[in-house]
Amino acid sequence: MKDLASHILDILQNSVTAGSSLIEVSIDELPVSDKYVLRIVDDGKGMDAETIKQVTDPFFTTRTTRKVGLGLPLLKQNVERTGGSFAIHSQLGKGTEVVAEFGFNHLDRLPTGDIAGTLALTASSYPEIDFFYTHTTSIATFVFDTIEIKEKLESIPINDPEVINFMKDLIRDNLTSIKAS
Amino acid sequence: MTKITSLADLKNIKASVEAKMSLRERSETPDSMVQIRVAMATCGIASGAKIVMDYLINELDKRSIPAIVTQTGCMGYCYAEPTIEVTRPGQQPLVFGYVDSKKADQIIEKYIKNGELLDGIIPVNYENIEGK
Repeated sequence: MKDLASHILDILQNSVTAGSSLIEVSIDELPVSDKYVLRIVDDGKGMDAETIKQVTDPFFTTRTTRKVGLGLPLLKQNVERTGGSFAIHSQLGKGTEVVAEFGFNHLDRLPTGDIAGTLALTASSYPEIDFFYTHTTSIATFVFDTIEIKEKLESIPINDPEVINFMKDLIRDNLTSIKAS
Repeated sequence: MTKITSLADLKNIKASVEAKMSLRERSETPDSMVQIRVAMATCGIASGAKIVMDYLINELDKRSIPAIVTQTGCMGYCYAEPTIEVTRPGQQPLVFGYVDSKKADQIIEKYIKNGELLDGIIPVNYENIEGK
């Protein structure tokens, strides 16, 4: 994966497949304590302890179309090479939380990439799922909430190209204004 | 200072989409639209599926072809990523492999518009991802 946004796009698919109705993504930039924390929390079907142990094994996957599952192992690898830490918490029937703590100043920390596109495309692909995204820098916190957007849209579908481009602009402009790295 | 897009701007977008939708007479059900699913698993993402999806959404809109573009999981053709599955109204889905922006343009012009087949179709006894 070339950037963090690709990882997010990838891990979000896990949450979608787990049948979530609300998926929360947060990024906290903490340069002072040398941390860049990505959290993805869903309310999907969760995993048992045995499965959690296996998910970062590249040769474990629940899918039947192929025999490898690289999403989480690749994220874990990219976190660990910045001296950071990676954790998964999950409870059957409750949901799953993935926490990736990158070293903020480490040279190997991936570029952030197109977070705006990632969120807009995922939110429009799964109109029945709500996404809640927060991004915190030392300047401010930006909140993107599809519940709010859907309320304002009323009967207009969230997957209309104009709406998708609006969501992209909204996220991109606001991330720039809070000087997201 | 440049203007920052805010939620308030959504009102204008809404008005514009509403006008466009009434032109189409709101008669379109998903079944009468072209449906495209972009394989967006680890393999697809790493090969550039997101760029293809972005391209398809914007180009289909520009060319006024009513379509729904969504994501799907891995269809098992990781060697041929990015792959997309195109369903023309009333027809069987077709899976195209090695799709970049150039290929996506050909798929729109030839297959979606005219039903012409072109290179890069993955021949399968098709089963969709949910059916597996």
